[in-house]
Amino acid sequence: MVNIGKSVVIKGELSGSEDLTIEGHVEGRIDLRENVLTIGPNGKIKAEVFAKSVVVLGEVTGNVTASEKVDIRDNGSVDGDIASPRVAIAEGAHFRGSVDMQRAGQKAQQQGKPNQPPQGQPQHQPGQQPNPQNQHQHQQGQRVGA
Amino acid sequence: MADATRSLTDLFGILGPRRVADAGTAADSSVTNVAEASYPTKAMHKFLANLQASDGPLLLDLGPVVGSNVTFFGEQLGCRLRVEDIAKDIDRHVKDNTIEQLPEFFAKRFKEAPATVDGILCWDILDYLDRPAAQSLATALSKLLKPDGCLLGFFSTANSPEPVYTKYVVVDESTLRYRTYPASRPRQRSLLNGDIIKLFKDLRVTDSFLMKSKVREMLFRKPAPRI
Repeated sequence: MVNIGKSVVIKGELSGSEDLTIEGHVEGRIDLRENVLTIGPNGKIKAEVFAKSVVVLGEVTGNVTASEKVDIRDNGSVDGDIASPRVAIAEGAHFRGSVDMQRAGQKAQQQGKPNQPPQGQPQHQPGQQPNPQNQHQHQQGQRVGA
Repeated sequence: MADATRSLTDLFGILGPRRVADAGTAADSSVTNVAEASYPTKAMHKFLANLQASDGPLLLDLGPVVGSNVTFFGEQLGCRLRVEDIAKDIDRHVKDNTIEQLPEFFAKRFKEAPATVDGILCWDILDYLDRPAAQSLATALSKLLKPDGCLLGFFSTANSPEPVYTKYVVVDESTLRYRTYPASRPRQRSLLNGDIIKLFKDLRVTDSFLMKSKVREMLFRKPAPRI
C-alpha cells in the first residue's frame, strides 16, 4: 500500500500496480486498473480516474471509472460521471453527475451496436473537466441525505 | 393467500405509515425536522417491470441524489442513471425571484437528446410548479422519452401549506420511505386527473393508483409511432 501524503502535489499521469491512498493533491490522470484507490479525507483530485475500486473520503473532480466498485463515503465528494457495476453513495456524501452501472455484458452489447454512441458514458474527454453545460445546470452539487 | 396479503397491505395503508423512524410526533412537523415514514407503492413495481425489458436503460431521476436509490436502480436494472434535481432549480428561481422564468428554463433544461431516455422518475415535483412551468417541464420530459419509455409521477390529492419537499427513498419495489426536507415554496394547487393528462398529452396513462397516503401514483408510457 502506497500513501501520497498531505503535502504532496502531483500534476500529470499517475499509474501503478499497487493499492494507493492519496491524501495530497493530484491533477491529470490516475490509472490503477488492477488496484484499489482511496482518496483520503484530505485528498483533492482533479483527474480522470481509472481503478479496480475507488473509495472517496475527500474530493474528486473528474470522471471515475472502476471495474468493481465506487464508494463515496460520508463527506466524500465527486463532481463528475461515474462508471462502475457497483456504486455506493453514503448519506452526507456529495455527488454531481451521472452514474453508469451497466452490467459488463450489456456494455459490450451496446458498444457492439453500430451508429449508437454509448449514452450515459462520461461525456467529456480524458483530462477535461465535467461538461460546462452540466455545471451550468447544477449550480450546486447535491449533498445526499442533507 | 395473495388476497390476504393485499388486505393486510390495505389495512396498513389505512393505518398510515408502517413505521416512523424518527421520534417525531405530528406536532413536530416543523420544516427543520426530518420526518420519515414508509408507505406502500404500487406503481414502482410496474415501472421497474417496464424497464427490465431494456438493456442498460437510461434513467432520469428528477429528485435529489439518494445513495440507496442509486444502488437500488443500478442493481435492479443495470442502468445508467442521471440525477437532475429539479427542486434545486425551483429553490434557486424562488431565491432569485425569477420564478416566472421557469417555463423558459425547463424548455432548455435537459442536455439529453430527444427520445433517448427509457425511464423518468418524476416523483411529485410537478406539484410544486405553477401551471405554465409544469406544462413546460412535462413537455420537455415527454420529448426526452423513447417510444415505449415510461414516466412515474406522484401527485398529491391534498393541499398542503407546509413548504417541504419529499425525498422518496426506495426500500423495495413495493415500499417507499418518505423523507421531508425544507422547500422554498409549498405545493401549489393540487392537480386533477384531467389536468395531469393534459400536461402529458403526448403520453398514455397506463396505470393510476390512488394511495391512502393521499398520493396518486401515475405511470405513463410514450406510445410507439405507428408505421
